[in-house]
Amino acid sequence: MDFSLTKEQEMLRKLSAQFALEELEPIAAQIDEEHRFPVESFEKMAKLGFTGIGVPEQYGGTGGGMLEKVIAVEEFAKKCMASAATLSIHLIAPHAILAFGTEEQKQKYLPRLTKGGELGAFALTEPNAGSDAAGVKTTAVYDEKTDEYILNGTKCFITGGARAGVLVVFALTDPKAKTKGISAFIIEKGMPGFSSGKIESKMGLAGSETAELVFEDCRVPAANMLGKINKGFKIAMQSLDAARVGVGAQGLGVAEEAIEMAVKYTHERVQFGKPIAALQGIQWYIADMAMKTEAAKALLYMTASLADSGKPFTKEAAMCKLFAAENARFVTNLALQIHGGYGYMKDYPLERMYRDAKITEIYEGTSEIHKVVIARAVMNK
Amino acid sequence: MRIYVCVKQVPDTSGVVAVNPDGTLNRASMQTIINPDDLSAMEQALVLKDATGCQVTAVTMGPPPAEGMLRELLAMGADDAVLISAREFGGSDTFATSQIISAAINHLGVGKDDMIFCGRQAIDGDTAQVGPQIAEKLNLPQVSYAAEIEKVGNDVTVKRMLEDGYMKIKVQTPCLITCISDKEKKARYMTLNGINHCYEKPFTLLNFEALKDEPLIELDKIGLKGSPTNIFKSFTPPVKGVGVMLEGADKKTAETLANILLEKHVI
Amino acid sequence: MAFNSADISAFKDIWVFCEQRNGVLMNTDFELVSEARKLANERGSKLVGVLLGHNVEGLAKQLGGYGADKVLVCDHPELEVYTTDAYAKVLCDAAMELKPEVILLGASNIGRDLGPRCAARLNTGLTADCTHLDIDMNNYVDFLEKSSTLDLSNTKFDMEDTNLKMTRPAFGGHLMATIICPRFRPCMSTVRPGVMKKAPFSQEMSDKCVVEKYDVKLAKDDIKTQVLDVVKEAKKMVDLIGADVIVSVGRGIGKDIKKGIELAEQLTEAFGGGVVGGSRVTIDSGWLSADHQVGQTGKTVHPKVYVALGISGAIQHKAGMQDSELIIAVNKDETAPIFEIADYGITGDLFKVVPLMIEALNEARASK
Repeated sequence: MDFSLTKEQEMLRKLSAQFALEELEPIAAQIDEEHRFPVESFEKMAKLGFTGIGVPEQYGGTGGGMLEKVIAVEEFAKKCMASAATLSIHLIAPHAILAFGTEEQKQKYLPRLTKGGELGAFALTEPNAGSDAAGVKTTAVYDEKTDEYILNGTKCFITGGARAGVLVVFALTDPKAKTKGISAFIIEKGMPGFSSGKIESKMGLAGSETAELVFEDCRVPAANMLGKINKGFKIAMQSLDAARVGVGAQGLGVAEEAIEMAVKYTHERVQFGKPIAALQGIQWYIADMAMKTEAAKALLYMTASLADSGKPFTKEAAMCKLFAAENARFVTNLALQIHGGYGYMKDYPLERMYRDAKITEIYEGTSEIHKVVIARAVMNK
Repeated sequence: MRIYVCVKQVPDTSGVVAVNPDGTLNRASMQTIINPDDLSAMEQALVLKDATGCQVTAVTMGPPPAEGMLRELLAMGADDAVLISAREFGGSDTFATSQIISAAINHLGVGKDDMIFCGRQAIDGDTAQVGPQIAEKLNLPQVSYAAEIEKVGNDVTVKRMLEDGYMKIKVQTPCLITCISDKEKKARYMTLNGINHCYEKPFTLLNFEALKDEPLIELDKIGLKGSPTNIFKSFTPPVKGVGVMLEGADKKTAETLANILLEKHVI
Repeated sequence: MAFNSADISAFKDIWVFCEQRNGVLMNTDFELVSEARKLANERGSKLVGVLLGHNVEGLAKQLGGYGADKVLVCDHPELEVYTTDAYAKVLCDAAMELKPEVILLGASNIGRDLGPRCAARLNTGLTADCTHLDIDMNNYVDFLEKSSTLDLSNTKFDMEDTNLKMTRPAFGGHLMATIICPRFRPCMSTVRPGVMKKAPFSQEMSDKCVVEKYDVKLAKDDIKTQVLDVVKEAKKMVDLIGADVIVSVGRGIGKDIKKGIELAEQLTEAFGGGVVGGSRVTIDSGWLSADHQVGQTGKTVHPKVYVALGISGAIQHKAGMQDSELIIAVNKDETAPIFEIADYGITGDLFKVVPLMIEALNEARASK
């Protein structure tokens, strides 16, 4: 099995790492402290084409697929988890439109998202529909006279929702049919009846913006339905598979960086007359961290190449997300521990990385729901 | 109008520098980067390309892996790239190097409207010699230490830095300009589309065969053997000893320190 | 007769290109002439200063005072302001006619523009930015013994070798290389300013120095560039990352913050210019703005000289500056961790020690 990257992919990694180092890291602590979404960073990503990954050039994209997304997100996550999340989650909307949209929808919306500097968002979660997506309560009622759907309901915890120019929103078109009655819609910022509510204050990932979205008699042209009526659940699940690989890349990146910092620190920090790197207790920590991170990487890259070759990857996506997420918390925790009191201080980025890493166990499906997905795939063949 | 930009792949000396026991550099163990001043020259060329639509050609002399650097420059926006590479060229000093590069550029042709941009100096050798020497061999006017370049018609105005100020110099194309790095004018990034297409852009390999009959090449003045200068000895300076605590805290202590610093050419 | 750089026996004398700006000789000229005097003695040859400019003949005798046997004055209106074309033509014309064995230039922004252009035209080698020069092999071997880690016990040297041995740093000073130019003449070198020692001025030598006018042949057409303007500019404050000299203050300035920062500023000036930095506490306490902080995560500095005043040396501070080429620390507490990485440490009150340092440095610089 060959995991080697193409020359172009290696260049993409180099560019992503350079961009993360020069543009994202310098403001990572500041945006965390100020709970500020750095619009300027997103605009720079758009200018260079990161926001068009996975979309063909004819729609303003920059081509590539899951591997390219993984590379960019992984490198960003090393320096700024919030920015990695912003890119990773942004890409869900254009990818859903590319996979399920009509030609008109692709022409109209993709260039705005891929190169136009507009943020994308994906709105499925509701106050009562988290792990249980079937609990969606937002409704979309068809109005024959105007050929429009009228949306009513509330979405919550939507990354980038308040700033997004184009959103993929899920609503019930047949409330009795539960998951078989969900449809997807392409919503534009500014549509009458669509507004954003509360901006959440979070434990970590403070440089990405998480919003509540409110739909009050929001009229959406029927032409904005994404995919077929009542077939939205499949769009949601397929989008989540891809999104989970993105979260895996976030978890991998933050873990890799934490290891690098920990190793550097163990050589600098002298206690009892020698660098703590000489202590076996520390060495065993590092060995565990490195081994698990390498395993996470292998699983993640295997999943990405499965996805790029067009094979099913639902089970693997759940596995790599879950594993990389748990590992991200494990590794950032130990790296912080190795740094002792310094790790707990805001002078070092580890306390931020630790807080940021925690989200990977929760969003785009909690660890627990992933185990459900994995068990179902393994046991119900 | 075409701008040739001469670039060099160099070991990244800002990180750990590995030295072999014989005092030569262990290049294999070091990361390579595009020489910073050369990157600045490329940016200046690309700014002119943005304004005029001119052609930008990246030129380097080096071993075959230097192609990777040229592809990066193509991904940044250069139109085509030229790799001058041959065993016979290896080990050239600045004189021999400039002879080979000027022969290559002459081979490709320098038009009335063309310019050659170089970085002021490379961080591995810090000589700042290859640019002016190419200019001499091609019989072109040169302006070195350029911080700003403006072009109107065939007139090029350059802000040329001195230690204690600058000169404004007017020169006409064709000419050669060596550029200094400027933190305010950081070179642009590659773009993702640039990366996608950098392997499709024109790429020329000039080997010994291609250049050996060029009039500017004197076969006995290229490569390690032909270079006028030779390394007689290379060595590492003595390792930094443990620190010294100076005695006292009075005028005499301060004078002792000042004398040490004077001795070490620190002041 | 055509000029042939390979006919090495035809070359004699050591030349120093003496740079003047606005009719004032550069300090480097005196350093170079002083150093070249030693080389000329080693070689038993004449030392000639080459002075280009307009109405500069009056400067020539000064060069004699540092050891020039003769000064070749190249006077022409087109040489008043430096242009590559005019200076290269005059210097190369003279070198082709008079065939010096060695030409030294200061490695200034002008010397490094002129040197390579001339070397290419004269078909000879050039070594850039040298910090040490020898002709006599005994002296060179002494130098190696003192300044290198080489084991010379099994090395045979040709003690009769009369090539100029030009030593220079490479790879940011991680390596030193000695370069020779054995097959061509003149042997050319640019020399780093401030490195060679200026000899004491000798009125007697100055009086003996022969001033000779060189017949400059220069036409307007020879010059392809036009100098529109020459502007003098004070050095801009650079940021920490690019600074050659950083003087940082820490908690130790607490008893008189204003004075402490002032002293740090004055000390940078005594080093010939630099930037003031601060440890975390000086930033957190608002004594200095955040852009002064050294040791902040991700901000690593590596100046030529780092002076830590009243800084104890917390780990994140050390991590940010320990790659500095030379570290000087002043602290009241002799057990301060900063002394573990300092090249030179002084235990004492910075408010007393720093003024003495400033005074001593200024005196030392003046004595050069």
